Amino acid sequence: MKKRVSRVWEWGIERLIQIAGILGIILVILIFFFLLRNSLPILRDFALADLLAGREWRPVREPPRFGMLPLILGSLYVTAGALVISIPLGVATAIFIAEIAPPRAREILKPAVELIAAVPSVVLGFIGLMVVGPWFARSFDDIPVGSFAALGSIMLAFMALPTIVSICEDALYSVPRALVNSSLALGATRWQTITRALLPAARSGLIAACLLGLGRAIGETMTVLMVTGNAAVIPRGLMGFLRPVRTLTATIAAEMGEAAQRSEHFFALFTIGLLLFVITFAVNTIADLIIRRSEKDIA
Amino acid sequence: MEKDTTTQAPITPDITDSAERPTGDPDFLQAALDPGRTGPVQSGEEHRVKIETRDLRIFYGDFEAIKGVDVTLRDREITALIGPSGCGKSTFLRSLNRMNDEIAGTRTEGQVLLDGESILAPGTDLVSLRRRVGMVFQHPNPFPMSIYNNVVYGPRLQARLSRTEADEIVERSLRGAALWDEVKDDLHKSALDLSGGQQQRLCIARTLAVGPEVLLMDEPCSALDPTATFRIEELMIELKEHLAIVIVTHNMYQASRVSDRTGFFLLGELVEFDLTTKIFEDPEDERTDAYVRGRFG
Repeated sequence: MKKRVSRVWEWGIERLIQIAGILGIILVILIFFFLLRNSLPILRDFALADLLAGREWRPVREPPRFGMLPLILGSLYVTAGALVISIPLGVATAIFIAEIAPPRAREILKPAVELIAAVPSVVLGFIGLMVVGPWFARSFDDIPVGSFAALGSIMLAFMALPTIVSICEDALYSVPRALVNSSLALGATRWQTITRALLPAARSGLIAACLLGLGRAIGETMTVLMVTGNAAVIPRGLMGFLRPVRTLTATIAAEMGEAAQRSEHFFALFTIGLLLFVITFAVNTIADLIIRRSEKDIA
Repeated sequence: MEKDTTTQAPITPDITDSAERPTGDPDFLQAALDPGRTGPVQSGEEHRVKIETRDLRIFYGDFEAIKGVDVTLRDREITALIGPSGCGKSTFLRSLNRMNDEIAGTRTEGQVLLDGESILAPGTDLVSLRRRVGMVFQHPNPFPMSIYNNVVYGPRLQARLSRTEADEIVERSLRGAALWDEVKDDLHKSALDLSGGQQQRLCIARTLAVGPEVLLMDEPCSALDPTATFRIEELMIELKEHLAIVIVTHNMYQASRVSDRTGFFLLGELVEFDLTTKIFEDPEDERTDAYVRGRFG
């Protein structure tokens, strides 16, 4: 009798775990179709080329224009700037934590960096808006207002840092100690060992870390909404970094409240959401594939 | 002793095949190609002293892992270090090229002399020390790059190499490690695709490429099958014509097959150090006797 109960119990637990696992996948698929369904009116009425390459985003004008190019470029500028700052800084921090710092410093540093992730994005946006932005505008003549693309990049870099540092450090840590020792035993200096043996061995993990940092940066909303100025204009050249821009995410956040339910504007915002979903999904999938490859390499 | 004839087994034919031999080989290959000189050292025969330790003590924190070891290691001989796990033989081995420096909390006292010069002195150039005293580790661990790049890794740390110089080093080192004939057509394939035994010989080739005077081997065959082990042992006997080799091993038969002298470690002390035949046939200390007869360890 007891045996039978335990078998039913086993079966129940197994099913429960199975459902939990499948639920994640089902939810992602549902989100995708929800976005797709709400984008259909726009995708039906406007050519895809006009949406993606259109130079004007004027959702409330008659007739409305839903050119996403300024928003796509805005996201690209802010994200690219964030990566230029956070990747070198993040990888260097990870190398320091994994290889150079004495054990006690490591025990403090890693959680400290990971704690950055706990800072709410709205707080970072607030600091950017009230402190960092005005300081830049006061200090540099080339920066007319305290809200600009590069300010978003700086704040986003700060937010992407924990992701990049943490995954890079894991990648470096999983490189077998014997490999590092072999390099040292061949007469390599510590620096040579890092650049010629450690980093190449951890290469896939480092790339994956950067891609996940990218995914984190491109999807961020609140901070960029607060600090990038929200002007849906096409940024030009390097000076574009010092002018206000508007990202895909900020557009949704800023306009969803005022768009009339089931209007074209409303559906257009869902189309932006769909585009973001596709971008982050692609980035994460690539990162995942690379991580899996790196696990195989090391084994 | 019967076993001695096996240590004199001729070297692999692909190495002795003179048609395969490149011109301008370094001395050590020439020496390795001469099978008449590979027998073990006999009593009374003394090679030049290569490494000497005096009252060497190594601590991990408060724990004294090596308790005052005095030993003389000679050039062109294979010295085997045996003893039960945790007896300190690997720790001792790592002190000979200062790899213990990489382990936090270690402290070394006493003297280690390489060609009569202290390697523990402050200001010792670790880079040149480790080029002179190379090391092969327990598990085969080639870098995740091509066979070719594994071999030139060490030489390229010191200097830019021309294509021909690099090619020459690769061929010479792989021949020296008895791997050339197996991989000469696949030099640019990943080293990770080789078998375990081939990977370990590649690690030996990688070490030979920097031209060491001493080769330290920390249980180099413990992760290999018997055939691969046999090839490494053959290789060691070839290489000792040019280098001093110190090998840590758990395998009694391996120690008795390849080594000229054997040291028995127990609880951080060097209990006995003598000619290998003496250690295995007629040891002075009863603990050595018990260990080599397999009564503990």
